[in-house]
Amino acid sequence: MSPGGDGWPSAAYQTLKAAGVRQVAFVPDAGLTELIRRCEEDREIRAVSLTTEEEGVAMLAGAWLGGQRGVLLMQSSGVGNCVNMLALNQECRIPLLALITMRGTYGEGNPWQVPMGQAAGRALALAGVIVHEVGRADEVGPTLAAAARLAFDSRRAAAVLVDQRVIGSKAFAR
Amino acid sequence: MSGAGLDRREAVRRLLRDRGDALVVTGLGNPTWDVAAAGDTPLNFYLWGAMGGAAMLGLGLALAQPDRRVVVVTGDGELLMGLGSLATTGVERPRNLAVVVLDNARYGETGMQESHTARGVDLAGVASAAGFADVARVRTPEELDALADRLFGDGLLFAAVSVSASPTKPELPARDGTHLRARFREALLGSDELG
Repeated sequence: MSPGGDGWPSAAYQTLKAAGVRQVAFVPDAGLTELIRRCEEDREIRAVSLTTEEEGVAMLAGAWLGGQRGVLLMQSSGVGNCVNMLALNQECRIPLLALITMRGTYGEGNPWQVPMGQAAGRALALAGVIVHEVGRADEVGPTLAAAARLAFDSRRAAAVLVDQRVIGSKAFAR
Repeated sequence: MSGAGLDRREAVRRLLRDRGDALVVTGLGNPTWDVAAAGDTPLNFYLWGAMGGAAMLGLGLALAQPDRRVVVVTGDGELLMGLGSLATTGVERPRNLAVVVLDNARYGETGMQESHTARGVDLAGVASAAGFADVARVRTPEELDALADRLFGDGLLFAAVSVSASPTKPELPARDGTHLRARFREALLGSDELG
């Protein structure tokens, strides 16, 4: 990826800007490093680091009640943390846009990442979130734009799951 | 211990008496009933679930509406479930947010089991350590008046109000989530149609 940013994080950032996102709630992930940095550098965006992912679900519900759009950035391991809080979105029809980088799906070297990674999409769906799985870098931007319309125009919880095929998998050498 | 502490209904009525156009978010259970009993308005956003999320919902709202005072009224059990939200809020330090905990040291909706605050956990101390520079502990009517006088002022504020564990009559406000969010956004933004 070039330093100027022509990879999927740059496309995701431009998509979030075009969608009018003003609050970015995140729990860091290596795959989100560039996108988080771009958001933190943007003076029109409030980037908020969370202690746990469900904080972001509640925070972004408050943001939207107050007239601002937001996005939740997190790793797949945080999906389970969000399940009960997602009642807010389903019961109130409050939008949620989430961009989730996957672990445990492709070439995973840490076995502890596999259970939540394999369950993430289904867990989100069970909690009422519409799931978009993306396996190619050039599909992240357009898919995120579609999810943003679903979230903010149709008032649904929508998540884009960026597969490990896109992020790359880390080898845990013995 | 159930006789100790302030009457929660009277305390909340006093705290919200001069609320003006402030936005109030309530944590599930008794705090929702208390705020409803103090006077229903579309500018109350009542949580009937989402336990642990009240302070964070208040944070997102406060960041989106920097010119409006946002007051979160919640309970000790609700806040204990989202204790990390104090750290996140303490880092962000919005000047227009207050978090008020009505601490009866019990889980009032589930059979009055003791919460950790009955066993020594000091929520005001946690808030202070998490970065809230202004922390109030309220145990008397005089301290309650002092809190009420500055609740709607400027600055991030945390207050732990010791309330009685005596049972109260449920005062149930509207519960349908789509209704609550629509009336809130119409009152605040002029329309619920904004995406």
